[in-house]
Amino acid sequence: MPVNPELVGRVFPPTQPYLVGREKVREFARAVFASDPSHTDVAAARALGYADVVAPPTFAMVIQDLTLQQLLAEPDSGVVLERTIHAEQRFRYSRPIVAGDELTGRLAVTGVRAIGKGAMVTSEAEVTDAEGEHVVTATSILLIGGEES
Amino acid sequence: MTNVAPTVGEVVADRTVHLTRESLVRYAGASGDFNPIHYSDEVAERVGLPGVLAHGMLTMGLAGSTIVPWLGDAGRITDYGVRFTRPVVVDANDGADVRVVATVAEVDEEAGTARIDLVVSHAETTVLGKAQVRVRLA
Repeated sequence: MPVNPELVGRVFPPTQPYLVGREKVREFARAVFASDPSHTDVAAARALGYADVVAPPTFAMVIQDLTLQQLLAEPDSGVVLERTIHAEQRFRYSRPIVAGDELTGRLAVTGVRAIGKGAMVTSEAEVTDAEGEHVVTATSILLIGGEES
Repeated sequence: MTNVAPTVGEVVADRTVHLTRESLVRYAGASGDFNPIHYSDEVAERVGLPGVLAHGMLTMGLAGSTIVPWLGDAGRITDYGVRFTRPVVVDANDGADVRVVATVAEVDEEAGTARIDLVVSHAETTVLGKAQVRVRLA
């Protein structure tokens, strides 16, 4: 099944709230070699005015991934993980993610462009906090290869 | 907290990170991305890859994190985008070195913002395209 061009404009239901844990932020910081103390040391983060440790800039991917799972699970999408290549990624931040945040992602497919047998799919995940305030928008471009014939 | 006052062309960070298979497994666990092309030679070979690859988001993550100590506050980053142009193959024995050089590309003193360009390379080849971070200076 090729990528469904009618995915454009489709908006998915918000994901279940994700509670950002302090140890999760520390674990992620270690995994991406984020050495700044504000990611791991509560006192260092508080000295900057944050309530708890600050997540590294790409932590938003954890929430975005939950939304992309919705896209993969959509029966008519034609988006198949095995043939998917991550081509571009962008984050636009209103503020950094901090431990204690309860975040929800809402995915919208904003573009589908056929390329050969495959397609380029652009989607935006808007991440908001428990108050409904904008935290970050994660835009990703996925290249989905065509099926072998 | 002190304000940063960069000048165009200034290199604000330069570091090399050594990735091993352990780094990839650690990132898989931390991020939730368990695509086997990032840990299984067998799967990587079957889908036609030159070897086990680092997650693009691991490369993007370590690249972006490189400027945070200079910036003084991750909250000053307003926008960060990259293109994934070439894979980073992580050898089972030798791992892979990824070098990040961050240079000030643009300063808007009135708006108090700057653009930092990241050159991210592995084995003398650039692996991220158009890797740009927009930051507030105060």
